Amino acid sequence: MSGASADAGAGDGGPVLKVEGLKAYYRTRHFGSAREVRAVDGVSFEVRANEIYGLAGESSSGKSTLIKAVAAALRPPLEVVAGTVTLSFLGTDKSIHQATAAELAALRWRKLSYIMQGSMSVLNPVRRVRRSFEDFAGRHLGRNAGFKARVLEHLALVGLEAAVLDAYPHELSGGMRQRVSIALASICRPDLIIADEPTTALDVVVQKEVLDMLRQLQRQMRSSLLLVTHDLGVHAYLTDRLAIMYGGRLVEEAPTATLFRQPQHPYARHLIASLPRIGDDREMGSLPGSPPNLAEPPSGCRFHPRCPLAQDRCRREVPVMTAIAPAHKVACFAVGGHA
Amino acid sequence: MVPLLALTHVDKSFGGGLWRRRRVAAVVDVSFSLPGSAPEILTIVGQSGSGKSTLARLILGLERPTAGSLSLMGEDIGQLSRRHRRRFMGLVQPIFQNPFEAFNPLRHLDHYLFLTARRFGGARDFAAAQDLTAVALMKVGLSLSEVARRYPHELSGGQLQRLAIARALLAKPRLIVADEPVSMLDASLRMAVVTLFKTLRSELGISIIYITHDLATAYVVSDRILILRRGQVVESGDARQVLGAPQHPYSRQLKDAVLVPPAATAAARAPSR
Repeated sequence: MSGASADAGAGDGGPVLKVEGLKAYYRTRHFGSAREVRAVDGVSFEVRANEIYGLAGESSSGKSTLIKAVAAALRPPLEVVAGTVTLSFLGTDKSIHQATAAELAALRWRKLSYIMQGSMSVLNPVRRVRRSFEDFAGRHLGRNAGFKARVLEHLALVGLEAAVLDAYPHELSGGMRQRVSIALASICRPDLIIADEPTTALDVVVQKEVLDMLRQLQRQMRSSLLLVTHDLGVHAYLTDRLAIMYGGRLVEEAPTATLFRQPQHPYARHLIASLPRIGDDREMGSLPGSPPNLAEPPSGCRFHPRCPLAQDRCRREVPVMTAIAPAHKVACFAVGGHA
Repeated sequence: MVPLLALTHVDKSFGGGLWRRRRVAAVVDVSFSLPGSAPEILTIVGQSGSGKSTLARLILGLERPTAGSLSLMGEDIGQLSRRHRRRFMGLVQPIFQNPFEAFNPLRHLDHYLFLTARRFGGARDFAAAQDLTAVALMKVGLSLSEVARRYPHELSGGQLQRLAIARALLAKPRLIVADEPVSMLDASLRMAVVTLFKTLRSELGISIIYITHDLATAYVVSDRILILRRGQVVESGDARQVLGAPQHPYSRQLKDAVLVPPAATAAARAPSR
């Protein structure tokens, strides 16, 4: 079952997040020689209201840098070099990178929140879970009588009992800790939640439970979710639309079911074909070469050194994302629309 | 014929000394064997806490069983003399989960390979070690020039894991014990490493114990499968049969939790060169 068909109401309304031509580079200087790693190099996409948007890519594809840039969690040497990130709740005329520190602080948790990969690193290990709720959410919701009721109600929503509030993080299982960090990220009912590999550290059985819970929560709150993971199984299960990233750029974007059934970009086709499946006995070919070094990326299309369909043009020009069908975009010269 | 590896009623529990009240039974009454006649890939599947890593450590001789016995080619692993132990370390080689932690970050990678070639591969001098290393690297699809004078951080996880396999091959093992070897790797690299195991089995005659929680790669690579739950084997048998139609409720629960992405239509399969 795919998330795309689960709810007809998904993805209605306008964009909550709009990223246009975003470039984020790591710039370092050692003994006078400058080095530039172009981890995100011209990425555009939008996340609509009430939708789960997936971003897939392998290590060093730039997906973590992309979400850092989107959330304005920038630290040197990472810099946003070009492009804009607009959020519906910040006013569409302003990029998040132009917002003041006070504006950003008001935004975080209330409007834009973040679920991180290692749930252990979110929770203070020497404080009871209750204190984490007070620290994070108390500030935004006000620590009055209604606060406790709201916390309990929200814990029930993510399938936890009130007893976890009195526990220390190490007393909880990995799945419960991840539920706690999801509860923390969503208690203020933010418009947009960014989740970075939310279930990677979990067991298969627990992973499925947490994903089910996450979907239920998102549908109930009608928030938007930007889900980033390298695990295509998770994307197939949860997301409404999916984009695939390679070498700092998006190469394909489509409704999730379409992308799995009819991948067009040679990289996406390879990625989907190389997924092992129970009951599938076909031999799988492997892709030659390794991912590009983003400090010295290949010219033109960054996939061309590994691409079975590479032409002369791919070495010279950068293919842009082009619609080949409504809602289906591909950045490849060898695929229809560019011919 | 003497089996390559035989486990008979192996138990392993931790804790329970003078000060600790609770004993944790990590492995409970596990028996299985690998045939000595034909190499085989045996997959051990389980969730975290199922005892699969403890089982791996028992087979590698890093832990002693609380009860029961393990034998390699008829010799009890727990009773090895110092000389036999050295031979055992050559015959049974480990591959660990995190390739970034398996290598010393301050040492050149080829150093490890040369060391293994001299200690376990029978190389008498540096030139011989170099030759053996080059051959072993070729078997895993790497070359000495890619690896020579490089540090671990300069290689990708997939390259490092293949290097770890090359290092294991230098000792001319009969058995490789791989504990979650691909869980740290990207999806597209996973299959390359897993299919390499198949090649090692068919072309070099090495048996492999593949420990994982990923049923999909287990299906692709293994001949036989063992499903472990709280230290006990709940189901075992031919991998295709067990995963095709699991009988035990726990096996079914595991299979149901696998997220299966829809397959591409025939027209949109991966293009080839």
